Amino acid sequence: METEALLSGEMREYAIYFVVKLILTILVFTLWMLMVPFLIWAERKVVADIQIRLGPNRVGPYGVLQPIADAIKLVFKEDITPALADRWIYTLAPAMLMVPAFLALAVIPIGGAIHIGPRSFAIQIMGFYKGPGLYVPELDAGILLVLALSSLGVYGIVLSGWSSANKYSLLGGMRSSAQMISYELPLGVALVGALLLAGTLRLDGLVQAQAARGIWFIIPQFLGFVVFLLSGTAEVNRAPFDLPEAEQELIGGYHTEYSSFRFAMFYMAEYINMVTISAVAVTFFIGGYRLFANGFAWIQPIWFALKLVAVLYFLMWVRGTFPRVRFDQLMRMGWKASLPIALFNLLITAVALTFFPRSNTLVLSIASPVLAVVGFFALSYVIAERLARLTRERPRRATERCGAEVR
Amino acid sequence: MAAELVLFVILAVVAVATAVAVVVSKNPVYAVLFLVINFFALAMFYIVLAAQFIAFLQILIYAGAIMVLFLFVVMMLNLTGAIENVQDRLPLQRRAAVVLALVLIVEAGVIATTGAFRQAAVPAPVGGNFGTSGPIGAKLFSDYLLPFELTSVLLLIAMVGSVVLTRRRTD
Repeated sequence: METEALLSGEMREYAIYFVVKLILTILVFTLWMLMVPFLIWAERKVVADIQIRLGPNRVGPYGVLQPIADAIKLVFKEDITPALADRWIYTLAPAMLMVPAFLALAVIPIGGAIHIGPRSFAIQIMGFYKGPGLYVPELDAGILLVLALSSLGVYGIVLSGWSSANKYSLLGGMRSSAQMISYELPLGVALVGALLLAGTLRLDGLVQAQAARGIWFIIPQFLGFVVFLLSGTAEVNRAPFDLPEAEQELIGGYHTEYSSFRFAMFYMAEYINMVTISAVAVTFFIGGYRLFANGFAWIQPIWFALKLVAVLYFLMWVRGTFPRVRFDQLMRMGWKASLPIALFNLLITAVALTFFPRSNTLVLSIASPVLAVVGFFALSYVIAERLARLTRERPRRATERCGAEVR
Repeated sequence: MAAELVLFVILAVVAVATAVAVVVSKNPVYAVLFLVINFFALAMFYIVLAAQFIAFLQILIYAGAIMVLFLFVVMMLNLTGAIENVQDRLPLQRRAAVVLALVLIVEAGVIATTGAFRQAAVPAPVGGNFGTSGPIGAKLFSDYLLPFELTSVLLLIAMVGSVVLTRRRTD
């Protein structure tokens, strides 16, 4: 009898766990979904403002209903599949881009622990849950899941380009796969410095670590932050790194042939990816959902939202300001600037943490960026010097060889 | 235990079906995609075995990085036309494959019938944070330090080797 009661109690606890997580997931997911129309409108307005235009201003006050009008238009458009397209992959490709983009948001903590009676849980879909007789920890190594899913997004782009049977689409897809593979490395390495400081791979743990150290990691990890945002912009194919869809060269790039709702899916995935990168930046470098003190858990999502909007605004600002880079410039920036800087940042953080584990983070704050910049320029100088010597020597050697052949 | 078994059967069917599809696909791009699904099934197996860290790495490295490069190469080579009249350069491998497959089937049959499978099927229960990043890191940097370091040297050699091989000859 007693075991039966215990069993039913356990079952009840599992049921409550399930319901709580379900409500949390629906709520958080809806909020993320609502970010997309808001961002589409905000981006058009912000970029219009930067370029001294008005932007959308016809549908609704200040044009706020423009994204809805756009969505209705896109849904009712004819859905065209090219005759030579690979039908299966052509149909699946937009989903292959969109699903990982949304999944990655499940590990982002947007609020701290909420206590309801004996139960407490984090405002984070894959966060911890604690109830009587049941403890589910936060997903271990959540950042690895974010990185894994962001690296899966490339399939959607490459396959949409390939399956369209269009040379512009194919070129766009090829460019993007090269770009995304190149920028995944600095993207990951830029985060490792912050991970070393925090001593954990869990995203909520990073927020707690920043609170415990009393400093946002943007200060000791400034270089990591810069490299992360730069590589993140490149990873999600946003201007000024939007080469996969450079319209002057490639018409629309990988989504040239797409229309109607499938095009809308590409559009949505692009914005969701942008939100993911910004959300990770907020969690890793700007203190996540915490502002000053621990505070009231219900209000923390607002701090998170404010920080997120700040980072998103910065990305829009970048888009409105910089012209698109050339592809060779993009590759050089990835392999010869971003990756070395990120590695130097990692090296210096590791050395500093090894020799001064108890020291104030402030020492690191000053030392790390300065040393990384100095080290990077020293290395580039050495490489440039060697290259210059090689190019000076080459003509001489070539003439010698020519002379030998003539003789 | 029952839920685990159901999950295992579903995953096993997916894994085997996609593995067969990789071999029989005429279109190499499809073969690559089936292999990606296979890797996902493998990652799920790791999660069922409480090794979530390995599962993430499986997706991150194999599905996310290596298979993207495979896909890239397959698309670049554009093999769709050439695959029809490809010649078998190694006629021996067909016979060898049949023999090895037979060995595997017999082996599996022996294990299934003699009950060795049943004895091995009850694993020791593992701790709560088994397979998370912390214990794996601790093991890697203490008990398995030498293999770990050797692997890094091996990767460095591969990296330098590929740079040397693709370098344009300047003189």
